Amino acid sequence: MKKSIFKNRWLPYLLISPQIVIVLVFFFWPSFESLRLSVFKVSPFGDRQIFVGMENFFQLLISPEYHRSVFHSFVFSGGVTFLGLAVSLFIAALANQKIRGLRFYRTAVLWTYGIAPPVSGIIWLFIFHPSYGFLPYLLSMVTSYEFNWLLKGWIAILLVIFAATWAHLGYNVAFFLAGLQTIPKSVMDAAKVDGASGFSLFRWVTFPLLSPVTFFLFIMNMVFSFFETFGIIHAVTQGGPGDATTIMVYKTYLDGFVHMRMGLSAAQSVILMALVISLTVLQFRYTERKVSY
Amino acid sequence: MKAKILSMALLLTFCLVLPPGAVAKTEIQWWHAMTGFLGEKVNEITQKFNASQTEYEVNAVHKGTYTETLTAGIAAYRAKNPPHILQVFEVGTQTMLSSGAIYPVYQLMRDQGVKMDWSDFVSIVRSYYSKDGNLYSMPFNSSTAILYYNKSIFQKAGLDPNKPPTTFDEIGKMAKAAVSSGATKIGFTTAWPSWTLVENMHAWHDQPFADNENGFAAMAAQLKINGEFGVKLWELLAQWQKDGIYTYSGRGNKGDQPIINGEAAIGLASTALVGTLTKTAKFEWGTGNLPRLAGFPQGNSIIGGATLWVMKGHKPEEYKAVAKFFEFLAKTEQQAWWHAITGYIPISNSSLKSLQATDHFKKNPNLWTAFGQITSGKSTKNSQGVRLGNLVAIRDTIEAEFENVIGGSKTAKQGLDDAVKKGNEFLKEFAALYK
Repeated sequence: MKKSIFKNRWLPYLLISPQIVIVLVFFFWPSFESLRLSVFKVSPFGDRQIFVGMENFFQLLISPEYHRSVFHSFVFSGGVTFLGLAVSLFIAALANQKIRGLRFYRTAVLWTYGIAPPVSGIIWLFIFHPSYGFLPYLLSMVTSYEFNWLLKGWIAILLVIFAATWAHLGYNVAFFLAGLQTIPKSVMDAAKVDGASGFSLFRWVTFPLLSPVTFFLFIMNMVFSFFETFGIIHAVTQGGPGDATTIMVYKTYLDGFVHMRMGLSAAQSVILMALVISLTVLQFRYTERKVSY
Repeated sequence: MKAKILSMALLLTFCLVLPPGAVAKTEIQWWHAMTGFLGEKVNEITQKFNASQTEYEVNAVHKGTYTETLTAGIAAYRAKNPPHILQVFEVGTQTMLSSGAIYPVYQLMRDQGVKMDWSDFVSIVRSYYSKDGNLYSMPFNSSTAILYYNKSIFQKAGLDPNKPPTTFDEIGKMAKAAVSSGATKIGFTTAWPSWTLVENMHAWHDQPFADNENGFAAMAAQLKINGEFGVKLWELLAQWQKDGIYTYSGRGNKGDQPIINGEAAIGLASTALVGTLTKTAKFEWGTGNLPRLAGFPQGNSIIGGATLWVMKGHKPEEYKAVAKFFEFLAKTEQQAWWHAITGYIPISNSSLKSLQATDHFKKNPNLWTAFGQITSGKSTKNSQGVRLGNLVAIRDTIEAEFENVIGGSKTAKQGLDDAVKKGNEFLKEFAALYK
């Protein structure tokens, strides 16, 4: 690699300064502000700020609503991650074969990733809404059970899991496809000579060789479903019915921007920050060590 | 020659395009939450004001739902760049009063030397937004909850289309008839569930919502909605949901939709739907007073909608513009126009009188319903409104618990008890901040 040498001592700093400024202003400053606010009780307009130490955190620790939002988060993220990985691996395996129109299929499965979360939320809303949705109308012809997620929490959470999985499908498929194509043909051929075929080929050769990609996607899907699905939830269920789809990030929004409890909301965002940091550390650790083969 | 004609033409166009004296109008920002038909009318009224004079220009900006508008206003204030005028719904009243961020409207008008006859404002509206007898925000769109019914569905179901239900018993019977006859799938629904079913229903039956006269006498510390009345009403609705008589349509204004679309036989919603229905409904519809639950006394319905708050931190000449704009809004003919086109309550006595002098209400009986309801009710300490800190959060909690009860995961009593418990926490937190 060619190493560039700058004559002027200050030029390199000048060149990276725009990026540094962006990081400082848009990442560090808000993060520090969250840290600061998390130890205050703040009035809606911010005119009164009372230092309360760790009280906001203790309040969350004993709050059943917060416990429920943590539980909902894990159900939701677990659902999105496992469903997302399973379905996209299946699709990627199909799209990895030599068939006619392959390019079209490959492009088509990537489309969903180009759709903004709120938009995919709205699409799902139109398909599934109990009063004007298309699917409940069809279902009502087959069964008298009313799939009303405005009232039934478990249907609501399933719905947002499906919507988020669908929205993230293209991303997962793209990585799995790339992963599948890096598996050397010689390895596959050798396995075939040994008598492996169909499922056992996939189970004992393809899947283990894919594990670095799978692990990477596992982390990315956890991060995505924990932090970036706000738009879907906001468009479809607004956290309801009751608080059945209020995941941690949505509760942070509700407390901060609807209920106007900035301090409590900041404390929650600090917890989320710790979570995303630990997920990232996990990812760096394990991808460096190479996963299991 | 050609060039000369061209330049003359250009010069002429400039003279036409640039209005005379277009030197720096004072511009002010108005952030509001009115969408659809109502949003168009807000733009119309600002254009009227802008065209009526040459010094000031009001810029109306839509900022999303009521909650989003309030949040945007708060964020802008904290960033030291608030709008001049912020439309805030009635639930935000206590938040605004305590905020220290507002310029009380009575003071503004006095400072700017614009004479206003505050006593001309209808007393129920004035009292809601006054502190110590002084008006703190400019009344703009005031509504109350009324009953809507779909005459076309009534006819199909063999019900008398000229007789709206007046009690919950009748709603039960009529909604059942509408559904079982196959005339519609939605017998009865509600918009703004907390506002129509809890806040208004408690006031309408003279039941307290919170202690200290719902927060009007002093800061409230306890919600009172888990009493006999609240439990009875929620039990009834949960049963009706199971029986297919009542259909829950979602939080906030989501319940407007089935009424506007003509799917609901009966619905409770804001008077502000009258304008939209008049313009868009392709079916026959009518209005009536809020239904009564047998065995409880008569109270009155309460005021909803929003008022205009003036934010601190602007230049005197801009406040002059705000004062002039408010003076314009308070004019009898503007008030009458706004009421007639939208369905909001006429909020000044003079505009009410001017409307009564014509056959306006005879021609538009649905526009009279709200006023008829209020004048027929009995005003008590429980019906002056609900003035609580953190009321936005409390309302959200009530609607979440209502979903739990309607969905069958909690009993009415459990749901209301939990709403009270959590609501009291919100009240306590607010009191701790502003003690």
